[in-house]
Amino acid sequence: MSTMAVEDVAVAVRTGFWTRDRKIGAGALLLGLLAAGLFGSLATGADARFTLSEDAGGAALAVEGTFGAILFGLVAAAAGAALLAGLPKRWFVPLLGVAIVGVVLSFLCWQVSAAPTGQNFMPLVNIVRGTFILALPLIFGALAGVLCERSGVVNVAIEGQLLMGAFAGALVGTIAASAWVGLIAAALGGALISLLLAVFTIRYLVDQVVMGIVLNLFAVGLTGFLYERLMQPEATKYNQPPRFEAWPIPVLSDIPVLGPALFRGNIFLYLALILVVVIHVALFRTRWGLRTRSVGEHPTAADTLGVKVLALRYRNVLLAGMVAGVGGASYTLALYTFSKNMIGGKGFIALAALIFGRWSPTGALLAALFFGFADQLGTYLSAIDSSIPSEFLAMLPYLATLLAVAGLVGKVRAPAADGKPYIKG
Amino acid sequence: MEPGEIHALLGENGAGKSTLMNVLYGLLQPDEGEVLVDGRPLNAKGPGDAIAAGIGMVHQHFMLVPVFTVAENVMLGAEQVRGGIAGFLDRRRARRQVTEVSSRYNLRVDPDAVVEDLPVGVQQRVEILKALTRDVDLLILDEPTAVLTPQETEELLGIMRSLKESGKSIVFITHKLKEVKAIADRITVIRRGRTVGTASPSASEDELAALMVGRTVNLTVEKAAAAPGEPVLEVAGLVVDDERSVRAVDGVDLTVRAGEVLGIAGVQGNGQTELIEALMGLRPVLGGTVSLAGQRIDGWPTKRVLRAGVGYVPEDRSVDGLVKEFSVAENLVLDIYDRPPFGSGLVLRPDAITASARERIPEFDVRTPSAEAAVGTLSGGNQQKVIIAREMSRPLKLFVAAQPTRGVDVGSIEFIHRRIIHERDIGTAVLLVSSELDEVIGLADRIAVMYRGRIIGMVGPDTPREEIGLLMAGITDAEQPGITDAEQIDAEQTGAADGSGAGSAATPDGPATPAPDVAGSEDNNP
Repeated sequence: MSTMAVEDVAVAVRTGFWTRDRKIGAGALLLGLLAAGLFGSLATGADARFTLSEDAGGAALAVEGTFGAILFGLVAAAAGAALLAGLPKRWFVPLLGVAIVGVVLSFLCWQVSAAPTGQNFMPLVNIVRGTFILALPLIFGALAGVLCERSGVVNVAIEGQLLMGAFAGALVGTIAASAWVGLIAAALGGALISLLLAVFTIRYLVDQVVMGIVLNLFAVGLTGFLYERLMQPEATKYNQPPRFEAWPIPVLSDIPVLGPALFRGNIFLYLALILVVVIHVALFRTRWGLRTRSVGEHPTAADTLGVKVLALRYRNVLLAGMVAGVGGASYTLALYTFSKNMIGGKGFIALAALIFGRWSPTGALLAALFFGFADQLGTYLSAIDSSIPSEFLAMLPYLATLLAVAGLVGKVRAPAADGKPYIKG
Repeated sequence: MEPGEIHALLGENGAGKSTLMNVLYGLLQPDEGEVLVDGRPLNAKGPGDAIAAGIGMVHQHFMLVPVFTVAENVMLGAEQVRGGIAGFLDRRRARRQVTEVSSRYNLRVDPDAVVEDLPVGVQQRVEILKALTRDVDLLILDEPTAVLTPQETEELLGIMRSLKESGKSIVFITHKLKEVKAIADRITVIRRGRTVGTASPSASEDELAALMVGRTVNLTVEKAAAAPGEPVLEVAGLVVDDERSVRAVDGVDLTVRAGEVLGIAGVQGNGQTELIEALMGLRPVLGGTVSLAGQRIDGWPTKRVLRAGVGYVPEDRSVDGLVKEFSVAENLVLDIYDRPPFGSGLVLRPDAITASARERIPEFDVRTPSAEAAVGTLSGGNQQKVIIAREMSRPLKLFVAAQPTRGVDVGSIEFIHRRIIHERDIGTAVLLVSSELDEVIGLADRIAVMYRGRIIGMVGPDTPREEIGLLMAGITDAEQPGITDAEQIDAEQTGAADGSGAGSAATPDGPATPAPDVAGSEDNNP
């Protein structure tokens, strides 16, 4: 409705003490105190060791369990209290970060210290690397969402694009006996789903969300059928994709901790990080980006200035499919052979990362890493026989998205024309 | 069209003005015929071709991306880039271009302001700027004054004159006769998709109106002096928020007496909508009281307010006034469908509903193929008459009409105005809200001017337009010498908005009328 800077000034005055920042600060304060109390009392006196390696050896940061749980809980509470006291706006994000990290560390101190003797350590390098590996399909998927939705087409079909990419990469890669050919095929596979999405939503004005869901089911059905009829019976012929091996970056890979965690990955890891930067710069600094955003916000305005709205949407949706297809290949051309429905909902978590990251490439990256970390933590916790079921952590992405959409972590604003077909005239 | 000419295109709503201009601008393709530019046929496949041919357009609903800055909006589609194929935006050059063009034509705008934060009048300047940076020779302005205060309108007319002097041609689309007479060099009147005549600006308003409608119309509302009786609606200290929890109505006191029309004038978005909705029980009342004939009605559900004898013509008929897919007959009983003779218990009586519709359709001059036709298929004027018919069919104490003639043809306006005055004459209190100042002046017996959620002036209908216009811009006599505290804040805030609008681009030889920018807070996007 009506928007005017003047009125917004007035709001701030009228809302009085309880601004959004303060409410969140109060929440963080309570959560921090709760963490200090609860995790502190549950933690044991054993040390919680965070080793800077892949196993128990090497240098480690160690802290006494109870003490650490209480300390980090109090740090989070202090950050919350600072927010509650009403610091300037620019402090909001850093303080919120401190609060979240504090609560997480407090939780870890309890978990690690309470682990069976001999296992009360957490190998940080493994955790970081695992986080990135698990986040990879999410990063590609969320970037595909950014490309699509910034131009005004809702992309619920990320799941299908990932799956199709994984399948095409595995099949063509095996037949051609070349990982690079497989990679190209994966991009085209993702683009195929995108093409269907584009034609039906842009040309025939089918509801974008409904179409996305249909395409996900279509991808599951098609790849599942071909898998059972083709790949399973003759796996050596059709489902033994070549792999991109790890590709250590000279110099960088020798940095302690960070090197083994980040710079000894495969091509997909580097590609994902490069794409985040490229798409971010392109979106906000180039002509293509300006036009994409204008078409996602106000297509009629763009049209009246000679921007070809529909062509631009086609192009972006197809690009998105290619990015997601490559993301799917990060499974089959690096980790596993293809299996039925192997994406298993990651496409939807990517969608959540897109929203949590507020439709920006860097935001999507951070959200994807956060979700990847939750995933990795679940694996770690089950390995140390934690009392927390890993399913509990698996729901974290959805919980976080729910909070994000509810507006608790800042104003979430989708592109204004997202999901709306453009009809000329 | 000649170079340096202002050509007014006059016609009723739905006469085909906007369609014609959209064809010119390449948004629509002609089925037949051709457009000649400098003697060559223009074959605009899209707006890009039109712009290349030197045609620019300012649309009725602004074509601005709200979250972009002014510079981004201006450069969109004609971006300054470097870096070859990558196409990096050259923001500095874009900004300089905006500053340059805006100072050349005296259009003060800050290139870095975000459009959604700007007042409507400034947004319009951005639109004009957008066209000018594309070096157009012909500028089409589609109903540019619909959203402006009288002062902003004056300023716009000034801008149009200076554009004309620099050799630009302007097509000025409107249905406001006063403005046409003030500025046009030539006038073309169209009706139902045909040119029905050309006129010179010296033609009288009545002549122009007659051309527009196709018959003589009576522009002035004839009415006898009002005979106000007992107070019917009494509003005291009313406080209402809008949907963003921003205070929209801030302590309004009003009294409407039986047999008088109280008109509320004001630029859109100054709390009129929220005031009316609060009276009708559509929006929570946060403070103050509303009484109908001595009885408190604030907090009542809408249905009860209607049953208590209030008739209501909502501002947006397609959203709040009618169910478009329903038939005319059904829409006529939306308020009393559950009462005899139309319904009892669980059943409706379709025959009674149809019979009543057959009576009221001729009575209220609703032009419809049948009582069963879906209301959405009727013209705006006839849809509005269906609402008027429904609301006036109950015994009324109070009649509340919000923008009763918006998007309605001249013929229907005449009819609706007559019905409103008739309602007044039979002793109903009438509360009229309209952003058309002429309508308020023509109908009202007293005029309240609303500005930023307050009634800042109560004047008679014979007050000069200029004086009411100043009030609409928030300027009261009392304010000039000594400003009250509350007003001070407002003034500062206006200043802030102004700053973002004018800012660095302000030129020393600014427009002759540095009228205070009215911070019309209305969002234009429908």
